[in-house]
Order: sequence, then C-alpha cells, then structure tokens
Amino acid sequence: MAERSYTSREELDQYGFHPGVTVMAPLVCILLQAMLPKTFPWLIHIDLPLIATIFFAVSRRSPIAGTVTGTLIGLFQDGLTNHPFGVDGIAKGVVGYVAASIGFAVDVDNIINRVGLVFTLSMAQSGLLYVIAHWLLGDVSYRFLPVVELISAAANCVVAIPMFAVLDRFRIRD
Amino acid sequence: MLITIVLLQVIALAMQVQRPSKDAEMPASARAMEDAGSAPDGKHVSLLRRWTVTAMTPLETAVHSSSVKVRGAWGNYVNLLHTRQQDAQLKNEVARLREEEASFAEDAQQGRRLQTLLGFKESYVTSTVAAQVIGTSGSERSHVLYLDKGSEDGLKPEMAVITPDGVVGKIRDVFPHTSQLLLISDPSSGAGVILATTRIRGIVKGTATGRVEIDNLTADSRIKAGEPVVTSGGDLVFPRGLPVGTIESIAPDPLHQPYTAIVIKTAANLNRLEEVLVITGTSAALPPAAAQDAATAEATQDANQRAADLIAEKLPSLHPEGDASPPAAGADGKPVSDDPESQVGGAVGYINSGLPRPKPAVHPDKFTPGTVPPATELTPGAPASAPQKPQE
Repeated sequence: MAERSYTSREELDQYGFHPGVTVMAPLVCILLQAMLPKTFPWLIHIDLPLIATIFFAVSRRSPIAGTVTGTLIGLFQDGLTNHPFGVDGIAKGVVGYVAASIGFAVDVDNIINRVGLVFTLSMAQSGLLYVIAHWLLGDVSYRFLPVVELISAAANCVVAIPMFAVLDRFRIRD
Repeated sequence: MLITIVLLQVIALAMQVQRPSKDAEMPASARAMEDAGSAPDGKHVSLLRRWTVTAMTPLETAVHSSSVKVRGAWGNYVNLLHTRQQDAQLKNEVARLREEEASFAEDAQQGRRLQTLLGFKESYVTSTVAAQVIGTSGSERSHVLYLDKGSEDGLKPEMAVITPDGVVGKIRDVFPHTSQLLLISDPSSGAGVILATTRIRGIVKGTATGRVEIDNLTADSRIKAGEPVVTSGGDLVFPRGLPVGTIESIAPDPLHQPYTAIVIKTAANLNRLEEVLVITGTSAALPPAAAQDAATAEATQDANQRAADLIAEKLPSLHPEGDASPPAAGADGKPVSDDPESQVGGAVGYINSGLPRPKPAVHPDKFTPGTVPPATELTPGAPASAPQKPQE
C-alpha cells in the first residue's frame, strides 16, 4: 500500500463529495427554505442555504470552490425572490470564500468552532446584505435590525450542528 | 477569483436595476406606488428567473399536493363530526344575512342611482381564479409567494389577489403553471387606499420588517386606531372598496418628518395564506349573480315594508297627526332627537323602544324616577339626602 505524507492542514483534512450530494444537498436546503415558512412562518429567520454554503466551503477547504458554491446557491435563492440576481449571490460568494479560508486555520470538526463559525458568518452575511441593499441598490427602506440578526444567527447555529453531523456522513477524503 | 465573481455580479446588478422609462399614460398615483421590486423583470432576467422557478416549483407542487391529501383525509373525518351542528348554524346565519341584505338593498340602489347621476365609474369583480399557495421566496426580505396557477389559467402580471377577508397583494411575474404573488407587506409593494370613516386617501406600503404602513399622511386628529381601511381603486390594480385592514397604531415617523407612520393590521392573515383568489376580470356593470341577489333583496325589502305598513295602519299612532318627518340620525347611525318630550320609549334617543315617556314631575320627591342614586352608590347607615332634580 502506498504511503501518503501530509504536509499541511489543507492536505490533512480536505474532503470531497459525490456529485449527487454536491447538487442535491443545496437543492434540498433551498426547497425546505422555500416550503417550511409557509407552514411555520418563524422559520424564515433560519438560512439553510447559508449553512450548506459554509459546510461545503469548510469541508473542501478550497476558496475557489467555496466562492463558486456560495455564488451558485445565492443566485438560485435570488431567482425565487423579487430582488435582482446577485444580491444573495455576492453575499454567499464572499461567505464561501471566507469560510474556506478559515477552514485552513482552525479545526472545523470541533463543535465549538463550528458554532462560532456559523454565528460569525451569519452576522457577516447580514452585514453584506445590508451593504448591498442600502449602498449598492440604494434601497433606503432596508434596515439592519441587530436583535433580529442576532436571533437569526443563533437559530442558524442551532440548526447547523445536526445538519453538519448529517452531511459529515457524505464526506469522502480526497 | 472572488473579486472577479463579485465584480461580475455587481455589473449584473447595475444592469438589472436600470429603470425603463415609465408609460406616459400611467396615472401619477399609480406611478408613485410602483417600485423596482414590484415590476416584472426584463427579458434576460425573466429567463433566468423562469429557469430557477421551473426547477423548483415541480418539487414544491409535489410536496404541497401530497401534504394536502394527507391533511384533507384527516380534515374530512374531523369535519364530518360537526357537520349537523354547523349546518344548523349556517342556516341561521343565512337567514340573518338575508334580512341584513334586504335592509341594505335600498341604500345600495340609491347609491347606484347617485353613481349613475354623477357619471361615476364603479368596477365590480366579475371573475376570479382560485389558487393555492405552494411556496415562499425563502427570504425574510422578500415577501413573495408562489401560486399553483399561471398564464395557462388566465393569470397576468398586475392582477389583484384577495381572500374573502381582504386584499393580499398582486401578481408580479407569471410562468406557464406558476405565478409569483407579491404581498402588500413587501417594501416594493403599494396600493391606493381610503380611510373608511374620514375618507382620507393614502398609499399603503410594506416595510422591511413585513409591516404594512401608510407613510404619506401628515398628523391628523381625525385618524384614530381601529378605523377600517379600504382600497381606493386609484392604483388601477385593486378594485375600489376591498378591505385592506384596520389602523393599528399612529405614530410620528422619525425618518420622514412631518409624516406619520400609520400601521395597518391587515384583514387577511398574510403569514398563513393557503388559498387565494386572483381577480381576472372586472366590469362596470353589476355581475349577473350579484344583480339577482340585489333583486331578491329588493323584493324582500318591499315585502317587509308592506308588512310594516299593514301593522302601522292597524295600530294607533303615537305621533301627532302630520308629523311624518324622520328622526335625525346620530353619528352611530341610530336615530336621535333633541326634544325629550317628543321621545317615545324608555331610552333617550331611541324611538319605539317601549312605553311613552312620562312628563317630568313639577315637584320631584323621592319617588320620582331618576332622583335616587343607584344602590351601588349608597352607603349603609348614611343619612338620607334631599331628593335631586330628575335627570333628563
């Protein structure tokens, strides 16, 4: 059996996914995101596609893959809203890039690190969306509501832990 | 890589938010209400959105229809348990509504006569398409729902969407089997409204937090919480007179002084929409079914009037001969008279509510009605006070 030598965290912990999982997992997240708030309106504060973006970015540890995955998920989300294409695309693209970059530096299999990462990136996405809507699109009605954003970020953390555990099962070591 | 992708999307955003020139024939009020998010997309953006929606809605429809079947089976069982009781209740309600309809028939007929005289163009809802909500936008910043009916069912952009409770929103984008409903709580949404009591006109808009507000009115002491709000018809989307909601609160708007933020509690529950009606046709004439109802109500009204006349002929009159003038109506619609001696009945302001009122006593004593305070105000053991002058 050939021996492998690991020289960095990227090589040590880099994972891949089956193409079916790569496509279906974000699609299921977007579908649930669109359907669940119809029955449970308060679930609108949870961002399942964001959690999927963070998971795939930190698992692959490739900023390019993270950016592309985040952008595609964000653009798909934009398609279901009445906003112009690119609002969520830019925000999730940046989140994917940052998540993959952080994945180099910290152990993202640790639950505490995962919670901290999801919370921070949820708040970062809210800030990015505010900047895009308020400054780029000139939508003065858009307001940054700190309490709501904090609650959303906390709710994302609660959902992210079991969701990461489920998605971990589909990881394949590269 | 990141910079390239972000830059490309920024350029794409800039191209999308370029506003097309407005239609010159569009009224100013309707133009004021239109926002970027409420207008249908351009050609290329529409294609992208169509692909996205086409990929997503079959899944949503499948999940929705299976959940409807499961809930329907359970609901049918539960409903059967209470059918007999509900049937009796509904029969009573129909009878009560028939009586009410008859009493409103004359007013409605008079209103239509006046509208004809003034050349006022009323629009009646003639056709609607019932649609089910199959999904949402999935974003808390976009108050958009997806319906299971599309262009093949006769839906078009800018059609008004209602429920039996009130206004819900309008159709934003239409696909062959699906359509996008923009709720009135979306920041890009708007509708012309009238405050039902004060007849003040305003524009109702959604906010980023999902509330519905009128933010183009200055402070006015006549506007009170609880006042109903109905559509004005000025936006050319919603027919006139549809209920929007009631005023929940009035407060100065710190961001848009000197205007006030009048928060509306919507008549329809926008968070729990299952089925909606899309208004696909309006007409200046009363629809046949409504016309038939009006004729029936008028006939009932005539029959009631004849019966009342017959009874009045057989009973002795309490009014002096020749005094046939109707009593003045109060603010609440109940008849009011200034002269207490002309009142007939036990309560001031209400005629025919009982026996004739006695004339006031010349020398009131403790037996005169109205001189003794009610028992709840009396103190045991306290000395008796002198009789007061009777209250009128």
